[in-house]
Amino acid sequence: MIPEIGHFAVILALCVAVAQAFFSLVGATRGHTNWMAVSRPSAYVLFLLTTFGFCCLVISFLTNDFSVLNVASNSNSQLPWPYRLAASWGSHEGSLLLWVLMLSGWMAAVARFSKGVPDDMLSLILGVMALVAIGFYSFLLLTSNPFDRLLPPAVDGRDLNPLLQDPGMVIHPPMLYMGYVGFSVVFAFAIAALISGRLDTTWARWSRPWTTIAWAFLTIGIALGSWWAYYELGWGGWWFWDPVENASFMPWLCGTALMHSLLVTEKRGSFKVWTVLLAIITFSLSLLGTFLVRSGVLTSVHAFATDPERGVFILGFLVFVVGASLILFAWRAPKVGLGGRFDLVSRESALLANNVLLVVAAASVLLGTLYPLFLDALGLGKISVGPPYFDAVFIPIMAPAMFLMGIGPISRWKKSSVPDLASKLKWAFVVSVVSALLLPFTMGTWNVLVSFGLLMALWIALAGIVNLWTRLKQMSRGEGNTVWNSLTSLPNSYYGMLCAHWGVAVFIVGVTLVNGYEIEKDVKMSVGNTVTIGSYTIRLDALKEMEGPNYTGVEGSMAILVDGEEVDRMFPQKRLYTVQQMAMTEAAIDTGFTRDLYISLGEPLSDGSWVVRVYLKPFVDWIWGGAFLMALGGILAVSDRRYRKASQMENGSEEVTTSS
Amino acid sequence: MIQSMRIMGLILILFCNWTFAEEAPLLAKDPELEERVKAISLELRCLVCQNQTIADSNAGLAVDLKNQVRDMLREGMNERQIKDFMVERYGDFVLYDPPIKSTTLVLWAAPLLMMFIAFWFVVRTVRRRARSIDAHQSSEDADRARDLLKD
Amino acid sequence: MAVTRFLIPLGIFIGVAAFLFKGLSLDPKEVPSPLIGKAAPDFSLPLLNNSETRFANSDMVGKVWLLNVFASWCGPCLDEHPIIVNFARSNTVPVLGFNYKDRPQAAAQWLDRHGDPYSQVVLDIDGRIGLDYGVYGVPETFLIDREGFIRYKKIGPLTQLDVSEDILPLIEELSR
Repeated sequence: MIPEIGHFAVILALCVAVAQAFFSLVGATRGHTNWMAVSRPSAYVLFLLTTFGFCCLVISFLTNDFSVLNVASNSNSQLPWPYRLAASWGSHEGSLLLWVLMLSGWMAAVARFSKGVPDDMLSLILGVMALVAIGFYSFLLLTSNPFDRLLPPAVDGRDLNPLLQDPGMVIHPPMLYMGYVGFSVVFAFAIAALISGRLDTTWARWSRPWTTIAWAFLTIGIALGSWWAYYELGWGGWWFWDPVENASFMPWLCGTALMHSLLVTEKRGSFKVWTVLLAIITFSLSLLGTFLVRSGVLTSVHAFATDPERGVFILGFLVFVVGASLILFAWRAPKVGLGGRFDLVSRESALLANNVLLVVAAASVLLGTLYPLFLDALGLGKISVGPPYFDAVFIPIMAPAMFLMGIGPISRWKKSSVPDLASKLKWAFVVSVVSALLLPFTMGTWNVLVSFGLLMALWIALAGIVNLWTRLKQMSRGEGNTVWNSLTSLPNSYYGMLCAHWGVAVFIVGVTLVNGYEIEKDVKMSVGNTVTIGSYTIRLDALKEMEGPNYTGVEGSMAILVDGEEVDRMFPQKRLYTVQQMAMTEAAIDTGFTRDLYISLGEPLSDGSWVVRVYLKPFVDWIWGGAFLMALGGILAVSDRRYRKASQMENGSEEVTTSS
Repeated sequence: MIQSMRIMGLILILFCNWTFAEEAPLLAKDPELEERVKAISLELRCLVCQNQTIADSNAGLAVDLKNQVRDMLREGMNERQIKDFMVERYGDFVLYDPPIKSTTLVLWAAPLLMMFIAFWFVVRTVRRRARSIDAHQSSEDADRARDLLKD
Repeated sequence: MAVTRFLIPLGIFIGVAAFLFKGLSLDPKEVPSPLIGKAAPDFSLPLLNNSETRFANSDMVGKVWLLNVFASWCGPCLDEHPIIVNFARSNTVPVLGFNYKDRPQAAAQWLDRHGDPYSQVVLDIDGRIGLDYGVYGVPETFLIDREGFIRYKKIGPLTQLDVSEDILPLIEELSR
């Protein structure tokens, strides 16, 4: 019964979405106030119905209802319950249900937290989101129903892919989808602004926090995915430029550009057209990502089971949404007035240049991802585009952007002067260059790429410090403020910027140092053997057979010695998951602030010894630490008191401030 | 007495370490050769995997190809010859790094081209906008001046 | 240039969408063989039923023939096997069985159980010759002409459609 109820709830939700779209959009354009009044409540109802439907699916998984096809295909009675929960979104159908759950959640949030937005705008916004929802709900119900029955029921399920039986699976997809889907909000705001012709700083001020929150979630989602691949796959890789990874990275790049563009539109009234286009592009990339992962058009380790019929549906939907948006854009954007003027050397220019670089980077990633398809479609043969291409192309494009990250925050709006900037930043520059040249020697051999990476990271970090210092000095010139007073009176959004930018610096340090100095050793180990790596000696003390809830395996007990003293013990495992008969290695990782020690069991050899891979990865956790700082920066920015006092600023016109 | 016991204990421990803690042999019989195998393997695609190199993959074909690479290196073939060997049998698809051929020219040139076009476009728009805003303002000023003169 | 530049994003999108649509009918995992039109790589391999004797591809010169790569551990090979058995019965051209990375014992048993359509079966136990033929998955089937050139390669199990639409017409053409 429960699956049927869940199914029915989702059908009802689709009906609500249709009603919402109709009444909101027609009501807003015709000015029917009682029609527009439908938008808010219908968003809440949509969310409730979808949550209810989702819970029905989850219950089916948790109670091992193998008469539901989805449960039988993706779960198993021996599967621990957190993974049964995660399995509900482990398949194409289930993940779509998660998608619409997130969408309805965001819609309810917009309905709840937009007190300052006039009713007709809000109706347009919710109406547009409802249109997107209609597409996804219909796709789910027509081609990918997670509630389909399997009769007669299976005796037991086929189990969740062992690679996915991990805490990462519990949290990574929800975070990722919160981000992807969250960009639909700013997209809807943009379409609403184009339709109503009200594209101004107020619009930017409304859109910005929504964008930042979605961006923060996406940052966390991508970082979690990367970290998960690192510890799960057994050889310590953390980014593969795989099409599905790229599908999440492109919206992230454009989302970053969008956030910064909204900043300029909000504060200076410039870039209006560019910002609207970015909003459309970012969400389009989210939709494109959804298409790429499910249509079978590209090969990827992450792709769901592919079905070209589903691909046609999503593509059709994609063409409709993006095509209509871009037509609307081409029609209405020329009528938008120009914003303020600014010099070629100014904060606006720096931000614009930054945006352009981010978009070019995203376009290059898109090109590389789709190029094999282009050539194949033109009958020009089959090639493969992998990390060598992306690394070669991405880094040179981002390098100037990283350089600008130091300059932008410290430039003045509208007009800045190069001598002024130079004098403020000269010490930061000199210290960065000197340190970048010398530091590699402390880690080992000197390496030009390492030096360059460190230069970028130091530059960003030091420029941030200079920025803070300059601000504090300016403030202390005032009424004899103490340093503490100045620090606490700086807005959260400023700290958000500093935190996020330092996050980028930390990230760059992680990537640079791990690429430059990681050590790998592949050895054959019997009990009693040792292997040295860096300053560590690792000794295999024992190998014992063990059992888990749905697997059997072997666990090694490895002593970690420094200067002959045992400092730690690690337990890498090799598991065989019984249902799918799939072997998996569970690497043992000792996480440290300055390095990870990574041990993974390979295959057993005929003489009883084992292939063991040992890695020393310096500063690798700074990669995800940096990403976390970026997300934290976003959250700080959104918690700024300006947003909490939003209602007071409602009728304020174009506030031109000189703060950041 | 205790001192000598300590020394005995120490010797015993050291002795144990010597006898049991043998350094594990490297998997590869020839680490230098293995480095070269790995370097080339990182540039060859595993055809039965989804988007992995033969270095990263443990699939049967990947292991076979790695062995083939190793043998060819032992025979004295260089990287170019080995890659050609693979492409002859599996086509360009087996190269993980897209080759620089006429069909991939667009792929390699596009990012740089996009950067230049984007920047040219931006600089032009900023300058044009500045000029039109100035023109707009100056025509406003002219209007105001006329109004003032009229009074 | 005033309004037209706002249409550029739309233009780019339509281009991309067209490719994506075309992409839905393609299979990204299918790798075409660069060996088509080239001479079939030489081999001299032991036979299944008489491991002392070796059989070489040069023994087939003058005939149009099919080379079918199979293994007893391969599921899809079982799927296509009835089609090959049928084809062999029609006696159009000889089919050489190419046993790839298998145990001879297991291969022999498999053929006993499911039928042996092959004029001969050669053993490629370590897969080295398969590598020369660009084999990366089983089953695969090659059509080779009188001069020993590869004219057609099918990756994956043969379907009746492949036989009727691709292989038979080509055989006719090559046999003239």
